[in-house]
Amino acid sequence: MPTVLVFLHDPGAVLAKNDRELLTLARTLGDPVAAVAGDAGDPLLDGLGSYGVSTCYLPADPSVGKSLVAGKAAFLAEAVRASGASVVLLGNAYEAKEIAARAGVRLESGVITDVVAVADDLTATKSVFAGSYTSQCRVTTGIPILAVKPNSIEAAEAGQPATPETVSVEVPVPAAAAVITGRVDKPATGRPDLAEARVIVAGGRGVDGNFAPLEELADLLGGAVGASRAATDAGWIEHSAQIGQTGKTVSPQLYISAGISGAVQQKAGMQTSQVIVAINKDPDSPVFEIADFGVVGDLFTVLPQAAEEIRKRRA
Amino acid sequence: MDEAPTPGLNIAVLVKHVPDAQFDRHLNGPRNTTERSESILSELDEYALEAALQLVEQHGGDAAGHRVTAVTMGPGPAVSAVKKALQMGAAEGVHLTDDALAGSDASATSRALAALLSHLGPFDLVLTGMASTDGETSLVPAQLAERLDLPQVTFAAALELEAAEAGWTLTARRDGDAYSETITCQLPALVSVTDQINEPRYPNFKGIMAAKKKPLRTLSLSDIGLTADEVGFAGSWTAVEAAEPRPPRSQGIVITDEGDAGLRLVDFLAGQKLL
Ligand SMILES: Cc1cc2nc3c(=O)[nH]c(=O)nc-3n(C[C@H](O)[C@H](O)[C@H](O)COP(=O)(O)OP(=O)(O)OC[C@H]3O[C@@H](n4cnc5c(N)ncnc54)[C@H](O)[C@@H]3O)c2cc1C
Ligand SMILES: Nc1ncnc2c1ncn2[C@@H]1O[C@H](COP(=O)(O)O)[C@@H](O)[C@H]1O
Repeated sequence: MPTVLVFLHDPGAVLAKNDRELLTLARTLGDPVAAVAGDAGDPLLDGLGSYGVSTCYLPADPSVGKSLVAGKAAFLAEAVRASGASVVLLGNAYEAKEIAARAGVRLESGVITDVVAVADDLTATKSVFAGSYTSQCRVTTGIPILAVKPNSIEAAEAGQPATPETVSVEVPVPAAAAVITGRVDKPATGRPDLAEARVIVAGGRGVDGNFAPLEELADLLGGAVGASRAATDAGWIEHSAQIGQTGKTVSPQLYISAGISGAVQQKAGMQTSQVIVAINKDPDSPVFEIADFGVVGDLFTVLPQAAEEIRKRRA
Repeated sequence: MDEAPTPGLNIAVLVKHVPDAQFDRHLNGPRNTTERSESILSELDEYALEAALQLVEQHGGDAAGHRVTAVTMGPGPAVSAVKKALQMGAAEGVHLTDDALAGSDASATSRALAALLSHLGPFDLVLTGMASTDGETSLVPAQLAERLDLPQVTFAAALELEAAEAGWTLTARRDGDAYSETITCQLPALVSVTDQINEPRYPNFKGIMAAKKKPLRTLSLSDIGLTADEVGFAGSWTAVEAAEPRPPRSQGIVITDEGDAGLRLVDFLAGQKLL
């Protein structure tokens, strides 16, 4: 069985959902090992074990994350060499893709991003042109490095858990790297992460500064709140909530678009959602072209009425 | 205003010629490559150019010896991306073009651009967009930084340069989901910028007229010391084996609110088992 290395580029205290998905995918392709770009405490190691990881590679100096991308990319390349892995899987967040990019140059290996499925022969399926095309790609040189989009696979623990052995890897210090000198935390919303949410309620210019009805519906549905660039540019909501070409690309089970016209750049981030609901005052809004259920109406009456009805049905 | 510690900032901005996203885009070129009619300067690279122009303007302008070079790699028509950059205010343009470049993936593109920048440079600063609006991989800037051994600062949402005895220091802000970071490095560096950083200017009449007199060079592979097998399909580390348009989303039901749309919306969600 080939060794499949799963790279945790931004490890938390426990396994993140996307990492569990990657580890599950890894098991379908071979024997999973992990490389963790930082510290790994017992809860994380236990998690890795329950997903069948036999070996966990750690940087000898856990501060590889201090430098921007270069340090983690050097660590990934060394972990691949140390493990003899023949495939690398990692997430598709911007930082993960950049780590993949640089490690690819170091390992003289091809990188494929935006992967949604990987076949046994390592053919990767990816979405292109903002989800309007699907392509089948292969890495033709080196060790395939595949950046896999979240929600592409259902995570499942291994039948036989393992107790991962940890291996420390020396990482060459990158000659020239930018350093992170400051960090300001943003307030947590308490809602699910946009990339992982099963339901997203997104608002645009039509929300006119008042996201309350969207938040109410999102909370009832256990969903996240997203936005168009018009809404984030206006400062009504954090930029990190932006969905679209220059924001997040999401494919939830349900996307409720309210007061958003549906410009190409917005569609780029959400048109692969499973079900799309749109509420807009203007019947000619392009968003209706891709909606499964559209309401021509005022979001300030439609959304509260829907929320009220859901509450009633649940009572 | 800072005193320039060096003769002047030499800035390269990488601009790509991409299919206009306002039209349908297709992968029906040779070996599933992008069909490139109806192409424009990638909108996201306009932010990089604007950032370069603003940095120069903040630090004494052309008079201080600063220079912005717009660089593209692509087939014949791609030169129009450079021409637009010259109209916006770049001082000089370079177009790398060669039949052998066709089919280059990120690794081959970054190899060619790295060789091109080494041939033209040295540059104090290489600026790029956050992603090309066609490939959308965001791989090229990081791979260039790796190949050129430059510090990388990617997805900058704000950018400042400060001159000191020892050289230029760059400070950037980068916004993540949970936090926003301040990042610093010394020049030379490679920086990619997001669409949050500025509002790109439109070329005005004066800019359009001035652009006609600005130097614009066309280079081929042999000019930068690369051979055909190092780029294009041959030099790429990935291949697209098949590509298919996704079936367009079919339009669903559209109702007009007559006072009960919220209820009908909930009926729809219940029917889809989404409640
Ligand atoms: C380089 C670039 C990148 C971009 N990236 C993104 C991106 O990532 N994401 C993104 O979203 N955009 C992006 N944009 C911007 C995009 O082109 C559009 O301008 C933007 O999506 C419009 O946002 P909107 O639909 O909220 O606003 P508008 O287009 O103004 O639409 C507002 C809508 O709200 C409706 N409305 C108003 N009041 C109500 C009400 N009470 N009830 C119901 N409906 C109401 C109106 O009928 C209208 O359709 C980008 C643009 C550029 C140039
Ligand atoms: N062929 C090219 N010519 C010039 N610049 C490019 C080219 N390809 C990519 N770039 C630069 O790299 C950035 C990211 O591109 P990509 O990695 O393809 O998403 C773009 O915004 C450009 O600045």
